[in-house]
Amino acid sequence: MPRTAAWLALLAAAAMVPLVIRSEYVIGTLTLMYFFAFVGQGWNILGGYAGQFSFGHALFFGIGAYTSSLCFLKLGLTPWVGMWLGAAVAVGVGLVTGHLSFRYGLRGAYFALVMLAFAEIFRVAATNWDFVGGSFGILVPLQGHAPRLFQFGDKRYFYYVILAMLLALTWAVARLERSRLGYQMIAIRENEAAADALGINPYRVKLAAMALSAAVTALGGAFYAQYFSYIDPAIGFGPANSIEILLRPIIGGAGTLWGPLLGALLLGLLGEGTRGLVKSYAGLHLMLYGVILMGAVVFLPRGVMGALRSLGVGAAERA
Amino acid sequence: MTLIEVRSLSKRFGGLQALSEVSLSLAQGEILGLIGPNGAGKTTLFAAVTGFVRPDGGSVRLDGQEITGLPPHAICRRGLARTFQLVQPFPELSVVENVMVGAFNRTRSAAVARRRALEVLALTRLAPLAGRPAHALSIGLRKRLELARALATEPRVLLLDEVMSGLTPTEVDETVEVIRGIREAGVSIIVIEHVMAAVMGLSDRIAVLHHGELIAAATPAEIVQDRRVIDAYLGEPLAGKRE
Ligand SMILES: Nc1ncnc2c1ncn2[C@@H]1O[C@H](COP(=O)(O)OP(=O)(O)OP(=O)(O)O)[C@@H](O)[C@H]1O
Ligand SMILES: [Mg+2]
Repeated sequence: MPRTAAWLALLAAAAMVPLVIRSEYVIGTLTLMYFFAFVGQGWNILGGYAGQFSFGHALFFGIGAYTSSLCFLKLGLTPWVGMWLGAAVAVGVGLVTGHLSFRYGLRGAYFALVMLAFAEIFRVAATNWDFVGGSFGILVPLQGHAPRLFQFGDKRYFYYVILAMLLALTWAVARLERSRLGYQMIAIRENEAAADALGINPYRVKLAAMALSAAVTALGGAFYAQYFSYIDPAIGFGPANSIEILLRPIIGGAGTLWGPLLGALLLGLLGEGTRGLVKSYAGLHLMLYGVILMGAVVFLPRGVMGALRSLGVGAAERA
Repeated sequence: MTLIEVRSLSKRFGGLQALSEVSLSLAQGEILGLIGPNGAGKTTLFAAVTGFVRPDGGSVRLDGQEITGLPPHAICRRGLARTFQLVQPFPELSVVENVMVGAFNRTRSAAVARRRALEVLALTRLAPLAGRPAHALSIGLRKRLELARALATEPRVLLLDEVMSGLTPTEVDETVEVIRGIREAGVSIIVIEHVMAAVMGLSDRIAVLHHGELIAAATPAEIVQDRRVIDAYLGEPLAGKRE
């Protein structure tokens, strides 16, 4: 009960922020934080729960961003619908890459690199294909305040959209975690041979994880394109984006519900703390990420959630 | 009625003939003991029967249906489950969650799987440890967990690979009782075991492997008299056989 109350209070606070705080800057920072938690959770389904470490999730991000933007640009279709088409395309591509990887038993570094390679293929293709804007990318034509077209005159609307998306996703992943598929994904991560012996088809479960993960990440990509009204091959499909996507769940705790959110919070705060530095030295934030990632891997092998959990266990044993 | 029918199963690893034309059968409701020296091919036989290694020749039938060459999960879904000699728990999951993963073989509902897992934990006397993480169990209890997890898949046939070695005498007695209980529930069982007293007391029949060949299959009373078995494995005084 006190737990539920605490969550409700937190939620109410999140919903109140734009009403109380006027600063566009703060709202924008929080919007991006939620957004990174969202795509991080998308990665977490496959990379965390199912233990299939993808180094190319920008593949799905880019597909979501490009599909919704292109459907609007070329067909006049609202991105509210286009984002779901993007998710569907991402699922299709995810099933193909998943089939090619899992059918032939690719694991660990090999799987990670295959995903990177697929994302790179899409990046290069998008760069060289004028129909999708080539290397320049796509500017989403602005129509002023047009909520039906996923465009808002006030950035606070985006804040609420991504907050709602993140809430829905967190709820869904909490359900997944306690479901048959969720347990089967974890079992495969923990010990694939044992899972197989217990009647679990690893190939099918990995494909299911891939499909869910791809869909979520693509929805995030579509949000991104609408938020910035812009997408290009590097932002969409580039390796830097793949790293952005996986960084937060890994730091927060891969394979845990709160890991991606905690990671997004920590990196968000850190970004704020070092903003002055990063402004004066371009590219510094990438080095910073590298250092943080190494630190996390060395000192927090299971992320912040893992560290908190073992503290909890320690406390319980002492009690 | 014959539930498992193994015919001329062979498997070669490089220059080593791990199984050579092994044929044996398991009747409904039977407990068959499988014994033999280290490296005789017992675990390999389980692996070949359950789809973990592809045999070079021969066939396996489960209740009359050919299952040779099927993947492990398909074989488990048909009702043939195994445990691993080298235990393979899901370390991050709790004991009850480990068993739930097995129970999901027969249900989609997490609530049903949990209930089923708790029943199995009670039957295998692991209930007090339900909430512990699997990696925190002693080796003896991890073996018990292997058994519980396989049992939760609701098999018709259960293959147990040395679930009693390394256990204390009390734990061995407990496990023997647990296995008897499983058989009472209608499951047919093959046990690989080096703990002679336990396997002799438990089994209706004993099969003996030596260098990948089946050298005898008979009642425990006949096996202890069998000249080839004594020479190959048991040695003269039966008592004091190593674990
Ligand atoms: N995957 C493998 N590759 C190569 N050789 C193997 C493999 N698996 C087993 N062997 C070899 O096959 C032989 C039979 O091994 P197996 O594990 O079946 O014996 P076992 O009867 O179970 O012995 P133990 O009582 O020690 O468990 C051994 O010599 C072993 O080294
Ligand atoms: Mg063995």
